[in-house]
Amino acid sequence: MGEWAGSAPVLEEEVALANIALDLLGQARVLLSLVGDEDELAYLREERSFRNVQLVEQPNGDFAHTIARQLYFSTYQHLLYARLASGGGPFAGLAAKAVKEVAYHRDHAEHWTLRLGDGTPESHERMSRACEALWRYTGELFRPVEGLDVDHAALESAWLESVTDVLGRATLTVPSGPRTGAWSAGAGRQGLHTESFGRMLAEMQHLHRSHPGASW
Amino acid sequence: MTAVTAGTAGAAGTASGAGTTGAADAAAVEAAAHEAVFDAAVAADERIEPRDWMPEAYRASLVRQIAQHAHSEIIGMQPEANWITRAPSLRRKAILMAKVQDEAGHGLYLYSAAETLGTSRDELLDKLHSGRQKYSSIFNYPTLTWADVGAIGWLVDGAAITNQVPLCRCSYGPYARAMVRVCKEESFHQRQGYEALLALSNGTEAQHAMAQDAVDRWWWPSLMMFGPPDDESTHTAQAMAWKIKRHSNDELRQRFVDIAAPQADALGLTLPDPDLRWNEERGHYDFGPIDWTEFWDVLKGNGPCNDQRLSRRRQAHEDGAWVREAAAAHAEKHTGKNGEAQA
Repeated sequence: MGEWAGSAPVLEEEVALANIALDLLGQARVLLSLVGDEDELAYLREERSFRNVQLVEQPNGDFAHTIARQLYFSTYQHLLYARLASGGGPFAGLAAKAVKEVAYHRDHAEHWTLRLGDGTPESHERMSRACEALWRYTGELFRPVEGLDVDHAALESAWLESVTDVLGRATLTVPSGPRTGAWSAGAGRQGLHTESFGRMLAEMQHLHRSHPGASW
Repeated sequence: MTAVTAGTAGAAGTASGAGTTGAADAAAVEAAAHEAVFDAAVAADERIEPRDWMPEAYRASLVRQIAQHAHSEIIGMQPEANWITRAPSLRRKAILMAKVQDEAGHGLYLYSAAETLGTSRDELLDKLHSGRQKYSSIFNYPTLTWADVGAIGWLVDGAAITNQVPLCRCSYGPYARAMVRVCKEESFHQRQGYEALLALSNGTEAQHAMAQDAVDRWWWPSLMMFGPPDDESTHTAQAMAWKIKRHSNDELRQRFVDIAAPQADALGLTLPDPDLRWNEERGHYDFGPIDWTEFWDVLKGNGPCNDQRLSRRRQAHEDGAWVREAAAAHAEKHTGKNGEAQA
């Protein structure tokens, strides 16, 4: 998301996209700090040790592609954090704060899905293509994760219902392809990523790794 | 950031030859009356507001300055955004992202302030993209290392604040109010930039060298941010008479050097100027000559990144056209239906 800085279609989106990126980075820092040193975990792990879902490592593409990714992911995050916040588990505190942020992200993604889907023929076409292209990475979101005490099946049906509703209102068709494949199912959680991820890490980690032990 | 660039005078006289004599006389009397009210308000340090009468040249001069200022915020996102994905710690990354976000926000306030003068953001962006309006020359320099991000915070934002604090008392109300908000956030960024450099300066040998190299490269361009010397600054006298500007370029530049020199000492870094020394008699730091050839060269478009910055901005605008069209089409479709625009 940080890659959008300086390239957004309107100034208001420069602010909005940076704002969302900043919220997500804040959430990442809290999560990483729960298990260790945030910088060590972010900068010194190899690609195979990262556990992020493949959806979030997908390149930005055009604005529609970014919006489709954010729609799928923020809807998932919102439903997940709402459940975690109301439970008493180890993530309740973090989720209670994050749920407010991701509600805003979800709102942003939904509004843009409506504008692009139900905008011009070109925007409809682009939004439709983006939703199709990222669909295969959504199944992974609902693979059970160890230590995460939520009903993943219920989460998945709530997500499907919500996304179906938004796409419908945006005059878009719910993609018909598979949401999981033999390879992609649960792959990110096992440290199996898509090819672009290695390059992304090379860029993110380069400076930190060039100065071992330095503080910034 | 204020780009104190000297363009050509934007405001030509509005006198026209034709017209009937009687109407022209009446108009002249009315204009003189307006002018007297305006002059009195400026003299009394009152604020001029959007609906007040103002000389066309005052309006044009403000549009030029505020637009240039807004453009500088927008173009200024690029050199720093260049390091967002590579920031060396998550904390620094968050600080940098917040800063770049603030700059977009400053651009928004400033375009709004310019719009109160009867122009539009689209029109101004068009002038930026076609090169008819300028932005601060400083953003035509490249960010080559992480330390550049700290140097920009300390020096570039420091110079911008020195320029902008007096603008909080500018005679045009909407600009002055925008500056109050901008200055608060800029001061915060400046402290963070200083602190980032301090961490480098006190870090490993390689980090210290990185910090020194960045300061060496950014010092002179920062001094150039105050614009040409007073005897070559075409707009200064009029802008000061109208109380748009409160101090001359050279006064502000001196003020900045006086603040920055001791800060460099505190950072444990040197400034790349062998002539820099405290002058007890003047009560100011003396400093060496600025390379004005470089300044004019960069201003004319021959700096290291001029083409790159403008191309990137144009590209973002062109790539985003279909998104803006979609938002407009969507709003049009749904305004009637729901009684309100959803865009």
